[in-house]
Amino acid sequence: MEAHSSEIFVIGLTVFFLACIIGYYVVWSVTPALHSPLMGVTNAISSVIIVGAILAAGPLGYETSKIFGIIAVVLASVNIFGGFIVTYRMLSMFKKKPKKQKKA
Amino acid sequence: MSPNIVAILYLVSALLFIFALRGLSHPESSRLGNIFGVVGMIIAIITTLMFKSVLSYVEIGSAILVGGAIGTFIALRIEMTALPQLVAAFHSLVGIAAVFVAAAAFYDPEAFGIGSIGSIGMSSLIEMSIGTFIGAITFSGSVLAFGKLQGTVSGKPIVFNFQHTVNALILIFIIILIFLFVRNQSPTIFWSIVLASILLGFLVVIPIGGADMPVVVSMLNSYSGWAACGIGFTLSNNLLIITGALVGASGAILSYIMSKGMNRSIISVVLGGFGGEQSASSSSNNSDKVVKQGNAEDAAYVLKNADSVIIVPGYGMAVAQAQHALREMGDILKNEGINVRYAIHPVAGRMPGHMNVLLAEANVEYEEVLELEEINHDFPMTEVSFVIGANDVTNPAAKTDKSSPIYGMPILDVEKSQTVLFIKRSMATGYSGVDNELFYRDNTTMLFGDAKKMCEDIVKSLG
Repeated sequence: MEAHSSEIFVIGLTVFFLACIIGYYVVWSVTPALHSPLMGVTNAISSVIIVGAILAAGPLGYETSKIFGIIAVVLASVNIFGGFIVTYRMLSMFKKKPKKQKKA
Repeated sequence: MSPNIVAILYLVSALLFIFALRGLSHPESSRLGNIFGVVGMIIAIITTLMFKSVLSYVEIGSAILVGGAIGTFIALRIEMTALPQLVAAFHSLVGIAAVFVAAAAFYDPEAFGIGSIGSIGMSSLIEMSIGTFIGAITFSGSVLAFGKLQGTVSGKPIVFNFQHTVNALILIFIIILIFLFVRNQSPTIFWSIVLASILLGFLVVIPIGGADMPVVVSMLNSYSGWAACGIGFTLSNNLLIITGALVGASGAILSYIMSKGMNRSIISVVLGGFGGEQSASSSSNNSDKVVKQGNAEDAAYVLKNADSVIIVPGYGMAVAQAQHALREMGDILKNEGINVRYAIHPVAGRMPGHMNVLLAEANVEYEEVLELEEINHDFPMTEVSFVIGANDVTNPAAKTDKSSPIYGMPILDVEKSQTVLFIKRSMATGYSGVDNELFYRDNTTMLFGDAKKMCEDIVKSLG
């Protein structure tokens, strides 16, 4: 039970508020043209929830919690791969294009 | 691995996620940012796989492969015009995954070090229920948003009596359930929380539609972050807390920018019901006014003889998939020495930055694509404004007519340019249901037809 004492909660809360502030400044610096890729990438990283899913799916044997864990791993993986790839696709469109040959 | 090494690796991963977002401050640094994100995720996953309690590598590996294959397949095949619904669908997955992780923690608390079945600590139970609650709302809200964007569900706002009262009652009911759950830790109550939250998620998104969708999509983006945060608190995992907070903040800021782009408070968007009722009253009184109509040749003539052209794309361009034909038109004009630029309103399209992605897809240089504040003062010096599939965001009534539902919304001042060419399928009103007086002005020429077809015809006439 010590593992979840109020002390740990307060540390978590500290981390939470500091992260919110970092998020605030970092996101305001994102150029509006890239707001769609921003959604793609935040969507991909929010699937870091897979960490919890892996812990649940970890033990040998088949208990209810493990099944839930495996389902969550599948769902989060769809998101991780899907999110990063679709962001990659969007961002590669924003590459500077090589100047077209001037034949006019 | 010792807990300290794990904590440090998770910290590295969190920092990489921050750099991933930071990279998006400029298109040139953004691709590196995305790689940071991928590396951060790989570190997080491998670190977790090294835990002593994690043994079933085969199952986890197969689960990642199956999910990864599905995700890759979808992400590679999706059309850029369908991005908003894809993002909505992805949000729903984060939400439901959060519910499953919370359920797993509830059924096997030992695996997460939060106590044993029937005697989970109170704070863990509260955090778990909050994570479940937000996760389930994100799930059902996103599913409905997906349906609305995809067109499987009517995109119109659905409003019924006592809507807010019903929502408030369900919310109170959920709070009572959480209270009971903390006291007796019953699985039945856990699943009741899930079901009630799913219901609430549907009801929250149902009254929102049309042009408010960018706000909904951003809001659900934010929720998916808070859901991850809730799970992070349950598992006392700083990586989840940090990432969840980043995503939550990001979605919240985007929602704020979108609501501001419509001059509406987030509250009024959330409460919903925009544009359903007013349409009938305001569209009738203009029926006797005349509009000037033109065809592709007229438009080509006007464009060819201009020095400067500003193109204003909107959702209609996305629907008609007109971005490629439009870029082709723009290229011809540029080769004639005409200054061609694109003006993007913050809420154009169905998700933040939607138009920018479509134009980038069509190989328009991002330097030619400007935001409202950057370009709005240039309209008076511009000869031709070419509005394609946008309506409400150009409506001068937003500046003059106090009774208009869109009054106060920042708009692109296309009416200040010498000539306005307006591509539209019909005289129908925009999503706000407001008629656009711009159509009846002397310097406006309406080009009726499909946006893509019209651009192609103009290209032909120019050639």
